[in-house]
Amino acid sequence: MIMLEKRPQPSQGWTLATPILAVLLTMLVGGALFAALGKDPLVTIRTIFYDPLFSEFAWYYRPQLLVKGAPLVLIAIGLSFGFRAGVWNIGAEGQYIIGAICGAAVGLAMYPMESVFIFPAMVIAGALGGMLWAMIPGILRVKFGTNEILVSLMLVYVAEQLLASMALGTLRNPEGMGFPGSRNLSQYPSAANLELISGSGMHWGVVAAFIAVIFAYIMLSRHIFGFQVRLSGLAPRAAAFSGVNPGRLILLCMAISGGLAGLAGLFEVAGPAGQISIDFNVGYGFTAIIVAFLGRLHPVGILLAGGLMALTYIGGEIAQSKLGLPGGAIQLLQGMLLFFLLAVDVLTHYRVRFGQGEVA
Amino acid sequence: MSEILLALKGLTKAYPGVVANSDVSFDIERGEIHALLGENGAGKSTLVKTIYGLVKPDTGTMTLNGAAFTPAEPRAARIAGVAMVFQHFSLFDAMNVAENIALGMENPPPQREIATRVREVSEKYGLPLDPSRIVGELSAGERQRVEIIRCLLQDPKLLIMDEPTSVLTPQEVDILFETLRKLSAEGTAILYISHKLEEIRSLCDRATVLRLGAVVGDCIPRDTSARDMAELMVGAKLQVPTKAERAVGRGVLVLNGLSAPAPHQFGTPLRDINLRVRAGEVMGIGGVAGNGQDELVAALSGEMRTANGMVMLDEQPIGKLGPNARRKLGLSVAPEERNGHAAAGDMSLVENAVLTGAVRQGLTSRGFLRWGKARAFADQIIKDFDVRTPGAANTAGALSGGNLQKFVIGREILQAPDVLVVNQPTWGVDAAAAAAIRQALLDLAANGAAVIVISQDLDELMEISDQFAALNEGRLSEPRAANGLTVDEIGLMLGGAHDMEVAHVATS
Repeated sequence: MIMLEKRPQPSQGWTLATPILAVLLTMLVGGALFAALGKDPLVTIRTIFYDPLFSEFAWYYRPQLLVKGAPLVLIAIGLSFGFRAGVWNIGAEGQYIIGAICGAAVGLAMYPMESVFIFPAMVIAGALGGMLWAMIPGILRVKFGTNEILVSLMLVYVAEQLLASMALGTLRNPEGMGFPGSRNLSQYPSAANLELISGSGMHWGVVAAFIAVIFAYIMLSRHIFGFQVRLSGLAPRAAAFSGVNPGRLILLCMAISGGLAGLAGLFEVAGPAGQISIDFNVGYGFTAIIVAFLGRLHPVGILLAGGLMALTYIGGEIAQSKLGLPGGAIQLLQGMLLFFLLAVDVLTHYRVRFGQGEVA
Repeated sequence: MSEILLALKGLTKAYPGVVANSDVSFDIERGEIHALLGENGAGKSTLVKTIYGLVKPDTGTMTLNGAAFTPAEPRAARIAGVAMVFQHFSLFDAMNVAENIALGMENPPPQREIATRVREVSEKYGLPLDPSRIVGELSAGERQRVEIIRCLLQDPKLLIMDEPTSVLTPQEVDILFETLRKLSAEGTAILYISHKLEEIRSLCDRATVLRLGAVVGDCIPRDTSARDMAELMVGAKLQVPTKAERAVGRGVLVLNGLSAPAPHQFGTPLRDINLRVRAGEVMGIGGVAGNGQDELVAALSGEMRTANGMVMLDEQPIGKLGPNARRKLGLSVAPEERNGHAAAGDMSLVENAVLTGAVRQGLTSRGFLRWGKARAFADQIIKDFDVRTPGAANTAGALSGGNLQKFVIGREILQAPDVLVVNQPTWGVDAAAAAAIRQALLDLAANGAAVIVISQDLDELMEISDQFAALNEGRLSEPRAANGLTVDEIGLMLGGAHDMEVAHVATS
């Protein structure tokens, strides 16, 4: 009989080992899934996890890793504060969209003026936009006790409609011959978020992501705010006793996650995406939830997990084009990763024992 | 009446790292009230869980009525005639009494029939209880009656009671004892677990004492002094806290008509509480659980805000201040619930030292934590208050209840507050640690602090308080000098028993 015995303390070793185990299990079951789809599992797994880094075209894919990873890390870092405090902002996708719209709107309003202040103004507008969008579920929760999971999630769909309306109406390129979508910001030097070093994939969003990782690390381990965040998640009553104002903490966590998601949206719309279009968002806001948990809500872990997720995005695209793998299979793989991580998490808190059980 | 009902022989149960029961043997006779004595962690719970079929012993046998008794689960134990009233009730607040009782039955008869039987049993044993009342509105004593009646409906041969009086007023205790004596007279054996020695002396026929999992002795409680029994339990001479003579200063903490609505559905509103606690004084506040203790503590700690003037510290209104602002002014609080309220179980002791110590101990600078200083503070608490732990990096949840309580109380006392409020400072703490905690509270008062001790343990309050007041349904009685108060007077201050007028034992 297999028994689970609660550990007195969560195991340090397993905390680090479970993400790796989850990745291996995902490869295993993912491989079986690909085999069932009629693909060679080994080739597929290699295409997704190995080729982007080490194949002959890796010089093209490696910069993409930064481009895809940066928004994931930026959003996941923001979410990790809330998740640690028990504030469940599931709507980062919506905040990402609104951030992009607000930032792009500032840039487009200035067109065609050239000034060094335009891009910083867009950055601020993007962060504020995401923050304000996140404040809606935050304030509703604090004032009326609504469930922030539902409200933030539903606001994603509102944001998507808003995005469509912007792309088709307000922000549509007047010189675009009626096609939906805004002017291309990457062709507007004052507003463009271009590569800082040519061919590296390094743009301002990547810089912001690294800064966010360092900032989050210091906040969580050294600052009283990080302490209050962790305390609120682990023992809410003890947090109130300790002097944490729960409402204020919820709003702060929502503001941080919304602000960083908005930033990610702005960097994306001004750089890799270039314009506000109907299909601007590709699910970074949702994937970042997986990244946050895969990284154990720890800044460094999130950095690594963001890289891994970016890898599955890029590898997935290669697999789609080279092997004809359906796009859904890649999303399934990403979901599987979170699923296995949560499942093997039990090893961190429990010890598995084999032997005679006692009747409880 | 010397027939043996239940015989335990050589029961041993080991958990990884600890032997909970080691070769425990004793007999329970038909119709006797048998006390099981021992400190926390002595193995009482494991033993009764074994009898009730919740734990399977490693070795040893049990014989019930001459036949081998090996209950695989509580249902088997119940069928064999063993019933148990747990210390923590398993009742649903939102349902009425009869519904709650039906939930515990295998094949519940219709509600009307249950109601009739509940009335019969409560009449017969003098346990007044209305089957149609909602459990959430009942007092702790009444909830206990629900549990007892639930057991009695099974017609048990052995009734196990785990610390039944910890939530009762003295008058309610009297009613309970009447019931138990009547049951015993009818032939039901009762295994009575408690560490209130005077109660055991007045109620029980025999007592078995456990220490560190083994039987260390038995006695006839009527003929043994409480002190002797305590020393048998502890295995050492008992240190009784000493009250030093001290000068009582002016009022430092004053409550002016403190009122607050109930914070949640089954909470208690605070009603016009007036109190003046002076420097150097220990104010004992008694009362049965659920009469506003948690709410009063929250209003003092700052977790619950009130009108500003309702709480005054050093003539300064603080009713609207938060916990940290109050700490800064010298008001510290140690709430009842150690794990999850006073401390975070998943955090290290260093982090738990920061939890309340950040302000007064200067553990932060410009918002950044000074971990070195926090660690030193945690180490000092561990050292000064004899907290048994491998080190400050261990989580609070890994500590035993008593050790964590020492840490929590120590953390507040070492911050040298002007006013300290503690709720249930020694609940579930073994006798030696409890004596140490009480002594520390007295020392703090001797050094000029005002101390408020909220407790349900009247012996404790009488031991350390200068003034005594009682909470009853959110009202606080007029404080009286603790010296010379009789148990009856205290009982009346606590609000007496609920439904006293119907409380009579049917004579048979």
